[in-house]
Amino acid sequence: MRYLPLTDTDREDMLARIGVPDIDALFSDVPAGKLLKTPLDLPRAKGELEVERIMGRMAARNVAASAAPFFVGAGAYKHHVPATVDHLIQRSEFLTSYTPYQPEIAQGTLQYLFEFQTQIAALTGMEVANASMYDGSTATGEAVLMAHRVTKRRKAVLSGGLHPHYTDVVKTLSGMASDEVVALAPDVAANEDILAQIDDETSCVVVQSPDVFGNLRDLKPIADKAHAHGALLIAVFTEVVSLGAVTSPGAMDADIVVGEGQSIGNALNFGGPYVGLFAAKSKYLRQMPGRLCGATVDSDGHRGFVLTLSTREQHIRRDKATSNICTNSGLCVLAFTIHMTLLGEAGLSRLAELNHANAVKLADMLAGVKGVKLLNDSFFNEFTLKLSKPAAEVVEALAEKGVLGGVPASRLLPGAGLDDLLIVANTEINTDEDRAAFVAALAEVL
Amino acid sequence: MLNRQGRPTQAASSVDHGRETFTGNRALQQIEPLIFEIGHHETTGVDIEKPAPFKSRLGKHARKDGIGLPGLSEPETMRHYVRLSQKNYGIDTGLFPLGSCTMKHNARLNEKMARLPGFSDVHPLQPVSTVPGALELMLELARYLMTLTGMPAVALSPKAGAHGEACGMMAIKAAIAAKGEGETRKVVLVPESAHGTNPATAALIGFEVRSVPARPDGTVAVKDVKALLGPDIAAIMLTNPNTCGIFEPQIVEIAAALHAAGAYFYCDGANFNAIVGKAKPGDLGVDAMHINLHKTFSTPHGGGGPGAGPVVLSSRLAPYAPVPFIHVEGGAARLVEHVSDAPAGNDPFGRMTAFHGQMGMYVRALAYMLSHGADGMKQASEDAVLSANYIRAGLSDLMSLPFPDHPSMHEALFDDEWLKGTGVTTLDFAKAMIDEGYHPMTVYFPLVVHGAMLIEPTESESKASLDLFIATLRDLAMAAKGNDKARFTAAPHHAPIRRLDETRAARQPILKWVKPEPIAAAAE
Repeated sequence: MRYLPLTDTDREDMLARIGVPDIDALFSDVPAGKLLKTPLDLPRAKGELEVERIMGRMAARNVAASAAPFFVGAGAYKHHVPATVDHLIQRSEFLTSYTPYQPEIAQGTLQYLFEFQTQIAALTGMEVANASMYDGSTATGEAVLMAHRVTKRRKAVLSGGLHPHYTDVVKTLSGMASDEVVALAPDVAANEDILAQIDDETSCVVVQSPDVFGNLRDLKPIADKAHAHGALLIAVFTEVVSLGAVTSPGAMDADIVVGEGQSIGNALNFGGPYVGLFAAKSKYLRQMPGRLCGATVDSDGHRGFVLTLSTREQHIRRDKATSNICTNSGLCVLAFTIHMTLLGEAGLSRLAELNHANAVKLADMLAGVKGVKLLNDSFFNEFTLKLSKPAAEVVEALAEKGVLGGVPASRLLPGAGLDDLLIVANTEINTDEDRAAFVAALAEVL
Repeated sequence: MLNRQGRPTQAASSVDHGRETFTGNRALQQIEPLIFEIGHHETTGVDIEKPAPFKSRLGKHARKDGIGLPGLSEPETMRHYVRLSQKNYGIDTGLFPLGSCTMKHNARLNEKMARLPGFSDVHPLQPVSTVPGALELMLELARYLMTLTGMPAVALSPKAGAHGEACGMMAIKAAIAAKGEGETRKVVLVPESAHGTNPATAALIGFEVRSVPARPDGTVAVKDVKALLGPDIAAIMLTNPNTCGIFEPQIVEIAAALHAAGAYFYCDGANFNAIVGKAKPGDLGVDAMHINLHKTFSTPHGGGGPGAGPVVLSSRLAPYAPVPFIHVEGGAARLVEHVSDAPAGNDPFGRMTAFHGQMGMYVRALAYMLSHGADGMKQASEDAVLSANYIRAGLSDLMSLPFPDHPSMHEALFDDEWLKGTGVTTLDFAKAMIDEGYHPMTVYFPLVVHGAMLIEPTESESKASLDLFIATLRDLAMAAKGNDKARFTAAPHHAPIRRLDETRAARQPILKWVKPEPIAAAAE
């Protein structure tokens, strides 16, 4: 087996040095009869070529996003990632290293985490950011738990514009902790009266902008009302590129900001691995979950970086920890931070502008199709259409015509009476030809 | 005149710095500034077309302020990150004997497979009819995991080990609630030697944590568990092989005792890599066990993530598995994405994450499994155990073993008894290993052993590599006992940076770069 360096001769020598007759002598603690006598019912070892054949066949059965005009978003977005990014994240020293618990030989990882934290704080307009969470949805769940710790209250109010999967993750996590979750009804037009839900029992209000239907929301009045009642505002985003063009949550006085960073540097990967972003006001620092990287000096006085404030974490505090989280999204963070470094402020602003311009163009084209109504007043690179037919059927018919035309709201919210809504995303990857193909196919289908 | 790197551009005086370099660099080891110190807000390394003028629909939400993000050109970016990478130790650099972390070889075939467009370039919400190969891969991975563990069900979606623990414990909580015992069974038993994630997970889900003492030989006794059992006990969270590197000999009796008391057995599968192909958790009475794909099946650790933590479940817990899952009926696979959409007989407790979990990791793990096959996976477990015991045999005359009565499984545990009186601590010893070109072992864990050193070589090392490692540790051990204290207390001497002040980092947290004040302003 190509990955196993020991030879049979080595194995014999090593058993002799240990002083046991055979390998099973080392498994003597396995209870009688529980050591497997027969091989597992699975195929035997395969060479590279054969593995490539098998997996290649599986992969070929899927329609890749780059193989069709592609307008699917709703929490994960197809963007162009510079070639430099994937090259760098495959460098051995990044790819095959561990959590930087030995900082003297992990300064590479630690320095990029410090740079990443600085980038996230700047992007979100917040004071501190952690070194990432699993993804946007789990970051949101953790943010709600953190708000419960900060306020000593146990009721979270979730906007009807929050991505339904995020709502479900929060409900699951908070439900297990016996906390109360008030999830408002799906809010297609961003006109819910969330202010009326905030009272003195409320620990936090969770609002997404751009929301799952693409609407941009003003968080300032919600922050003000929350603060007046001693509650926190948790701002959520699923499209981090939007921060290059819209007001940051920090500027609207959010207390905690969480989101999905997949758009920058990371592939779609059928939903994972992604990169959860988490930032907060510094007064809540010690209640934050996840890892934090900090600057310090070495014994010669040189600047260096370490993981810090780990007394919040499970490996020190055990059942008193701020979270049970151990792993983060290290390599996805690296992809994010390299791509963001390449972009810089100028590149991110331009990228956001192009996304928005393309989406505006497409929205106007689609709104001209018979049986289509655009529902958004404002949007960034994603919007919602009301169709004259059920969106799930429309999407299947579009796929038959070779166009991947968005996400039916009913796929995220079955039984909510939103069967005629289609959520459409448009990024820098889409060309005028893609848009024309989409419009033509939709006109035929409707 | 200061340049962008902050160094004067005129020639320095030729004072003798004892052959220190002018730059502070040491050949291939470069001092690398932060991007904020070398980048510029007008610089970009990506060329993006400027759209034709159009009417914005951002409304009043358009950003009015700057962000404060520097950019670098492509060559500068490449150099910055390459230089950073050169300060990192990875598995490809050398032996990485971190106990409990399982730093085995990361085959690049797995990376190649994960980057096939049919896997990497598919969206979780594109029509299911366009991704049959993705469902096929998930089903195949599930089949492998169920076969290896002897368990009837698996929840794939958890994103890491601790997330898998949460998933398994949530399933247990749901099962208890379904039996109407939610108000009484509120206590989870956790051995003192457990990973910190175990008690943290139990607490997260609203359980009270009660400690189970360990016997002097490093294992859990069934009589100690029985003494704690009662109508208030929901489950035990037991790691097997345990964090001392020992297979729990009474695991079957412990599982039976829990089941007889109406409680559940959660197994922390962090160390499953020792027994793949040798024993099945399903045969031992396990109800739920997470599997760290980044340990047992070698998906890269990536400097701390991403991981993946699928959970195998017994038939008692299977109905409560969270969404999403793939339901196969009459040969057709259906992706179940909502609790309301669950087929009869299923009662999902909820959802762990957006979308469908860590597909990129599933691909890599399956590539590992296909490559090894049933025979290779069993051999890998045996080689991992053999190598750990070989190291133990090579060091046990110099270094003290807290639990000499049991064979080690995939990792060998030493304590710091042998360092008594030398003035050298476990941490000092670890830092001296850095100078010798090794990543240190796991230190100060498990907590039940004083000054613990947990060594896990994995199956990826040749005998020559193991021999050199043993010889080096023997040299270091002799030096520690031979009054060569300075070698240790000031270590590392040869790493890119000297020992870092972690206390200062925690007392005065600096968690992001802040633009320094101009010198003139600071002086006022």
